[in-house]
Amino acid sequence: MLLRGPGKVELEVTINGGPHRIWVEPRRTLLELLRLDLGLMGAKESCGEGHCGACTVLVDAKPVYACLLPALDVEGREVTTIEGLAVDGRLHSVQQAFLDVDALQCGYCTPGQIMAVVGLLARNPRPSADDVRMALSGNLCRCGCYPRIIRAALHASAGPE
Amino acid sequence: MRIVRQTVEFEGRRREKLEPVEERVGLPLLEKTWLVGRPSPRVDGIPRVTGAAAYSTDVVLPGMLHAAILRSPHPHARVVHVDSSEAERLPGVHAVIHSGNVQELGPLADQARRTLGTTVHFVGDEVAAVAADDPNVAADALRRIRVRYEPLPFVIDPVAALEPGAPEVLPGGNRSGHERRRRGDVDRALKKAHVIVERSLRTSPAVHHAMEPHASVVAWDGDALVVWDSTQHAYGVRRQIADALRLPLASVRVVNRWIGGGFGAKQGMSAHTLIAALLAIRSGRPVALALGRREEGIATGHRPATVQRITVAADRGGRLVALRHRAWVAVGAGGYSGPVTGPTRDLYACPNVETEELVAYTHAGPACAFRGPGFVEGTVALELAMDELAGRLGLDPAQLRLLNEAKRDPDSNAVYARKRLGECIETGARLIGWKGRGPAGSGRGLGMALEVWGAGGWPPAYATCALQRDGTFLVSTGTQDIGTGTTTMLALVAAEELHVPLSRVRVVLGDTAAGPYAPVSAGSATVPTMAPAVRHAASECRRQLLEVAGQVLGLEPDGARVTLENGHVKAGRKRLPLASLGDQLGDHEIIGRGARGPNPQAQASVFGAQFAEVECDRGTGSVHVRRIVAVHDCGRLIDPLTAGAQIEGGVIQGLGYALLEEGTLHAPSGRPLAADLHDYRIATAMDAPEIEHRFVGAGEPAHGCNHVGALGLGEPPIIPTAPAIANAVAHALAIRPDETPMTPDRILRWIAEAT
Repeated sequence: MLLRGPGKVELEVTINGGPHRIWVEPRRTLLELLRLDLGLMGAKESCGEGHCGACTVLVDAKPVYACLLPALDVEGREVTTIEGLAVDGRLHSVQQAFLDVDALQCGYCTPGQIMAVVGLLARNPRPSADDVRMALSGNLCRCGCYPRIIRAALHASAGPE
Repeated sequence: MRIVRQTVEFEGRRREKLEPVEERVGLPLLEKTWLVGRPSPRVDGIPRVTGAAAYSTDVVLPGMLHAAILRSPHPHARVVHVDSSEAERLPGVHAVIHSGNVQELGPLADQARRTLGTTVHFVGDEVAAVAADDPNVAADALRRIRVRYEPLPFVIDPVAALEPGAPEVLPGGNRSGHERRRRGDVDRALKKAHVIVERSLRTSPAVHHAMEPHASVVAWDGDALVVWDSTQHAYGVRRQIADALRLPLASVRVVNRWIGGGFGAKQGMSAHTLIAALLAIRSGRPVALALGRREEGIATGHRPATVQRITVAADRGGRLVALRHRAWVAVGAGGYSGPVTGPTRDLYACPNVETEELVAYTHAGPACAFRGPGFVEGTVALELAMDELAGRLGLDPAQLRLLNEAKRDPDSNAVYARKRLGECIETGARLIGWKGRGPAGSGRGLGMALEVWGAGGWPPAYATCALQRDGTFLVSTGTQDIGTGTTTMLALVAAEELHVPLSRVRVVLGDTAAGPYAPVSAGSATVPTMAPAVRHAASECRRQLLEVAGQVLGLEPDGARVTLENGHVKAGRKRLPLASLGDQLGDHEIIGRGARGPNPQAQASVFGAQFAEVECDRGTGSVHVRRIVAVHDCGRLIDPLTAGAQIEGGVIQGLGYALLEEGTLHAPSGRPLAADLHDYRIATAMDAPEIEHRFVGAGEPAHGCNHVGALGLGEPPIIPTAPAIANAVAHALAIRPDETPMTPDRILRWIAEAT
């Protein structure tokens, strides 16, 4: 990435399927871009330093901590947030699975957990329980919903071969 | 209205209180149910899985500024001078407040000085605050504030804080509390005892770290104030804000519709909320103030550190003859402690008991309630001692506990509303395979521990239930759902009473403008407090509705029996859908008002037993918790699905307390060693064990507590987890743990001490 700024610079990015051309402060993180500049409040800032996973979004289908990624790094890439999962009011299968098995309590980490599961299933449609544990080990849940989150991920997966 | 005298228990402490009682709250006990007790997914789940739920951190208002707080780097210091001129010149900064300019707030200056004073009492104490256009600008501004401190001596350890000559934390001495309780004669009983076990235990501070940080948005609406706050008590924050800003109560509205966890750290107005309000006054703009994770780690409360000594003694047959429990508790600068020796008074039948708690102010952030406050810390000491006692007596630990079960409350001699602890122990022992426990020291260990907790709720609490013209019902109350599923449970209770499908009831809560008073969501009290109030409101709505319906159907007011059935009014062969009744009534409203009735005489304690299976590595000192079996009894379950989540969540937090979480301060500097979520380890998906849970007698209501028959469950599951794991680790390695968390370095030390 070239050094740019000071002052706002232009960024082109696809967010939840829609093309965006926006002017952004070079020191914005992706999370700040989403929350402060675009009003997409689903991804949460819980630690802001890459320890908790509440800000997890997908960049080119891979889960990332949006609080650590400079916004300018997503130039030309595809970002998917929790707001982009449900289509025409129909919940994504992972969202539905979280509801069905009650894989959430306060819900604050839930958008990040769901994005991490969607990212996992994109690269491994039939994960084992241990695969899920490993993939979600960077997404903290203080309410302690892990057993149900793992169950939800397995419910939403393609199931055993 | 009449007045009754009753006992109210909150966070392990009981007190007598006079309560005005409304008429007609005495509904018959809900016996048979058609909806309550069936697993029901959350009625407000969709906004939580789509990101649509707007928590306090997500509220955005036109013209809103972002605030940030400058905090003390010293554990104790005088703030000599604050120079904020450079920060104020920064473009985008709208207001800066600190002890040097609070006089500009006029009549509110005294309030502001309480938060932004000229002495700081812990690392993280508030010194100054700014409001700016953007969070990054606010952070820049903080770096431009120059503060001159004069460091002062400080004290961190609770025992040292109570010694003569210790640096004073707050004027008036470091003794926050000294409570001595006794029954019988412990000294005499110890002389005749067959076996005496003495143990000591140090527990580390534990930090709540709810995933949503403390966050408030404060905005003026004319001369009224609206506060979005991540709080466990909307009405409490309303009162505190109104007091602080000298506003009429009715001019303050607090909204807490979505709350990202609390665990005790969000029970009242926090300093940052007042700071946000002051900045809103200074700037004339709405102000948002969300704390950062490190601020959560040092300044928003924690479970206090304790130093404990316990003596347990039994006769030849294994009956307890004496218990003595002494605890020193470090509550930080003006903090709170739960009753650490409570379980020693309440859990077992024992005629001779002495407890003493010495609560000390220290130069740390103020401690506050944390899920099962006091009982979590104290049960570790008690249950470790009970296991050692069993070993010395040659008794099975489960058998020792069954032998000493209290049939009545040992402290007050009150009759229990319900107690099936024996069944919990026997069920858990069977599920974990207790019979095959084997000898200590094999590397694999089984351990158990019990739990007692008062979870009966209390008045006052109110709700309304109104028939809408489309035949649906709107239930309104000022309670809140901190993630426990309150919204769903209250909807189930109303739908049960009204005999309509769950989808026909909407519960509105989390807003003081939307519903009448409800107490703090703490003390495992929300269900036993709010469910009866909502049932009462629904029943009052139903009563009026049937009265009206009878007349609409052309019946005499006291004529044929009119009933509600599956969304219809029924009288003999006549049936009228609620929607059509509502349509005929038009905009005339039928509103039922409900109140929580007084507590009965019975002691509304809840009990449980947990069993842990662990595998320990002698070489590395690591502990792997393979399995936890948790068997609890909390009376009727309203929604078994969310109830199970409370058990699992409590167990996982308890595991963290046992093995991972250590919010210790660095003694020489008073600075935190683990302020962020990298150094302060909360359990991850990798740490979560297999959890098997059961509810004893779940379908049956508890008698003699409230007319829904449900008791609380939020806190009980965390209480026995750490001691069960500690006993399992002790069994696996034949060691005597005397500190929590049981980190590998400590385990290696205990192994060395045992050999």
